[in-house]
Order: sequence, then structure tokens, then C-alpha cells
Amino acid sequence: MLKLIALLSGLLFSLGLIISGMVNPAKVIGFLDLAGQWDPSLGFVMAGAIAAATPFFFWAKRRKSTLLTREAMSLPNSQIIDRPLIAGSILFGIGWGLAGICPGPGIVALAMGEAKAFIFVLAMLIGMFIFTLIPKKS
Amino acid sequence: MQIDWIHFSPWSALLGGALLGLASGLLALLAGKIAGISGILGGLLSSQSSKEVTWRAFFLLGLLLTPLLWLAFKTPAEIQISASTPVIILAGLLVGIGTRLGNGCTSGHGVCGLSRFSIRSLAAVTSFMGAGFITVLMTRHLF
Repeated sequence: MLKLIALLSGLLFSLGLIISGMVNPAKVIGFLDLAGQWDPSLGFVMAGAIAAATPFFFWAKRRKSTLLTREAMSLPNSQIIDRPLIAGSILFGIGWGLAGICPGPGIVALAMGEAKAFIFVLAMLIGMFIFTLIPKKS
Repeated sequence: MQIDWIHFSPWSALLGGALLGLASGLLALLAGKIAGISGILGGLLSSQSSKEVTWRAFFLLGLLLTPLLWLAFKTPAEIQISASTPVIILAGLLVGIGTRLGNGCTSGHGVCGLSRFSIRSLAAVTSFMGAGFITVLMTRHLF
């Protein structure tokens, strides 16, 4: 059941990225470029996404078990704002601004056959792998 | 600031966004998982229980299948990447390391985090949006 839900969610998520236009890095840059010709579309994507997802998360938070897989509901609930969170997010934002690609659209553009997206995803996976080599304090 | 009315696409943005929200909401409610792409990819790379790897692999499969189905029936989606290859590589490395260090990206912190009113995710979104705005300002207008 979990596999089926994950597959369905992935299919829908991907369709959302294509229809919203976020698979196109030029459109993302258009949003991030406040000083140029500004394309507010990404803001509308976020608004649509949050409006649609909020009732689901609200309901999920009130449940002790997941609705279909019947396991203990354990969504993240950390409120800690620490240095790794901010530093990591800033590094991500710099990379995002340089190419206009974040992880989801990178994968979807790759599957659309975009060569530069393939290079991006490869570099991103290498970056993620490098991160696993950094010793963790815990 | 000038609005780019030629490219601004409010309706498809809202509709596509709603699909992203629906996909994330269903995964959370039905299965208790977060549809964060960087977390899903990172989880595939770092060894975990086979169950944790399997659902991530199926989500990724869905992510990859839709474009293939799309290409079978429709013309390819418009994709323009103006950055040069070295910049793409640098961007990919930064996105890979940054999203793992910060524990999420536009989907995990952006869509899922803001939808559950997480203060931690709000801090992350503010940081990467801010860094994105400044980066584009510098690369497009200052250098």
C-alpha cells in the first residue's frame, strides 16, 4: 500500500511541476529576478500548493495513525532553528539562484530529456553523497 | 519592479500548485511521509531500512514516469536553462549539500513545511528565498 501511495504521489507531484511551469528554470529565475521583468508565477504555485495541502496536514496532525497504511503518524514536529538549517538553506538558495533548478524540477526536466538537467542532477547527487561523508555531531 | 505580463501564468501556476499540494497532502495523510524531494533522494543514498528505501524509490519512479507519459502524448514542456555547464555543476553541488545540511528544499520546507505551519520550515524558506533573490540580483544585474 505504501508503495502505491508513494507512486501515485510521485506521479501527481511531477504533473504539478510540469503544469505549473516550474519545470522550466527560466520561469523560476523570472520569479527570483525582482530587479528585472518579474514573473510572479512561482508565488502562485506556492499559494496553490499550500492552500491544497493545508487541510490534509491539518487532518493528518490530528490522527494517531496514518489513514491507509495504518501506522503511527509521525510527521516532523521539530521547531529548532539552528545553524545547519540556515547555512544549508542559504547554500541551497545560492545554487537555486545560479541555475534556477531545485531538486524536483531537476528530476522532472531530466526525464523530459534535458541534457543540462541530467548534469545538474548528477552534480546534486554528488553533493548529497559528499554530505554523507561529513562526520555528524550527535 | 516591473511585472513580466508575457510570462506570468497565474491559472496554470495555481492549478499546478494545487496538484503539488494534493500530492504532498495525500502522502502525509495516507502514509505519514513527507514529499520532500531532497529528503527522498538523500534517503535513497544513505543506507536505511529497505522499507524506507522502497517507498522513496516508488515516489521517484512516479516523478520520472509522468514526463515520459507526457512526452508520449504531448509536446515537450518548455525548458530553458541559460546557465553554462560549469555553473550548472556548481549549482548542483550547492543544492545537493545545502538541502541535506538544511534538511529540505522547496518541496519539503516550502510546500510541506509551510502547510503544517512549521516555524523551522519558515526560517528555511526565508533563508533560501533570500539567498535566491540575492544570487539572481548579483548574477543578472551586478556582474
